[in-house]
Amino acid sequence: MAGLELLSDQGYRVDGRRAGELRKIQARMGVFAQADGSAYIEQGNTKALAVVYGPHEIRGSRARALPDRALVNCQYSSATFSTGERKRRPHGDRKSCEMGLQLRQTFEAAILTQLHPRSQIDIYVQVLQADGGTYAACVNAATLAVLDAGVPMRDFVCACSAGFVDSTALADLSHVEEAAGGPQLALALLPASGQIALLEMDARLHEDHLESVLEAAARAARDVHTLLDRVVRQHVREASVLLGD
Amino acid sequence: MASVSLSEAEKVYIVHGVQEDLRVDGRGCEDYRCVEVETDVVSNTSGSARVKLGHTDILVGVKAEMGTPKLEKPNEGYLEFFVDCSANATPEFEGRGGDDLGTEIANTLYRIFNNKSSVDLKSLCISPREHCWILYVDVLLLECDGNLFDTICIAVKAALFNTRIPRVRVLEDEEGSKDIELSDDPYDCIRLSVENVPCIVTLCKIGYRHVVDATLQEEACSLASLLVSVTSTGVVTCMRKTGKRVGKVLHASLQSVLHKEESLGPKRQKVGFLG
Repeated sequence: MAGLELLSDQGYRVDGRRAGELRKIQARMGVFAQADGSAYIEQGNTKALAVVYGPHEIRGSRARALPDRALVNCQYSSATFSTGERKRRPHGDRKSCEMGLQLRQTFEAAILTQLHPRSQIDIYVQVLQADGGTYAACVNAATLAVLDAGVPMRDFVCACSAGFVDSTALADLSHVEEAAGGPQLALALLPASGQIALLEMDARLHEDHLESVLEAAARAARDVHTLLDRVVRQHVREASVLLGD
Repeated sequence: MASVSLSEAEKVYIVHGVQEDLRVDGRGCEDYRCVEVETDVVSNTSGSARVKLGHTDILVGVKAEMGTPKLEKPNEGYLEFFVDCSANATPEFEGRGGDDLGTEIANTLYRIFNNKSSVDLKSLCISPREHCWILYVDVLLLECDGNLFDTICIAVKAALFNTRIPRVRVLEDEEGSKDIELSDDPYDCIRLSVENVPCIVTLCKIGYRHVVDATLQEEACSLASLLVSVTSTGVVTCMRKTGKRVGKVLHASLQSVLHKEESLGPKRQKVGFLG
């Protein structure tokens, strides 16, 4: 990848975007009729599906039931054909388990679990095509799916990734930019209150630059919120037309 | 298989209806539900297809990779199948729950494609005993409403139809070492002929009659089911010989739809899950 400039002198990235610009987002709720809630999102070339079952009775051991709130169970799975190189196992490897754990932490912060004690909410996310920003796409799809299922949430959870190249913060990284090896930050935000549900970065970044990267990610997450809000309103409008209201 | 709980009254209702050639959704015993096929859904793959049969949703991706041929068939490439029953379909498939069903379906697919005529494996050979194309066919089960095998086979056939394998040339230099050269043009590729790829027809026995394309509720009432894999000319490649009439009709309509989709050309608007 030597010689590939992630940010040109005129300020354009590899795919022609500006530093703070998001990729094209298209989303749809209610993709599957059998699940309680489902949603599909495309962020550029990254495609993710999320399905929610619940709240229902705890499956497996009753001992895991929490007396005052619901248990949130997440599974992250990426299709074997989703990446450039074929993956051997869709889920069960360490990275998928870690992603599942992060998704669970994110949604435990947002879902009002006290309203459903002793029950379980399952969120299953499937990545069909991975082109960078998979965590963000999964969180956004899962938010829409949870809303489609009618599970009460404190607020939308909007996520975006951000990086840092040539003293400029980039928002919504694609696979090429992630593979280049710079610092990457993943942020999941509750936009109305400005609270952070999850913030993750595992690279070296000077603390002076942290502020600007965080700001870029937060701004991008708020843009995602505007888009997701529009999708939800459109879906409700279509549903109410069908019901004849 | 994803399970559904039916009461006795519902089972009796379904069984009695089938005896009169009338099913719950108004179909006859040999009618399929409406099938939606779309190819080229995932762009990282060599070929992909999505098939929706009622509420059963299957996504198949085919990736072509170079490898060494099998020892007993040095002049041919081969296909590898992998079926992933995702937890999207039902929470029972979470973790390793879907593995049993997945291996069962993959084994059935291996058996069906195990003969010489389904796919022309010789066209996948690059140089005998050294290099060949291996097609990894990955099936992703997204939603399950009965009749999995038929839908999966339709999706595999559509994905193989959509597969584009890059053309390679083997260059041999003076020392005798071979070099593989990929052609520069990204559109220069070979297509597989799927004329002889079979389709599966599942017949479920309900009462004294059989039904084609059973939903989950009808499968719960059926005593036994029979899978037959039929090619477009009516040749049965696997299992026993009933249901030939339905198989031929299915092939004809699938082939015409695939050709129509292809003829729409690159300007076709891709819908995928957004439609």
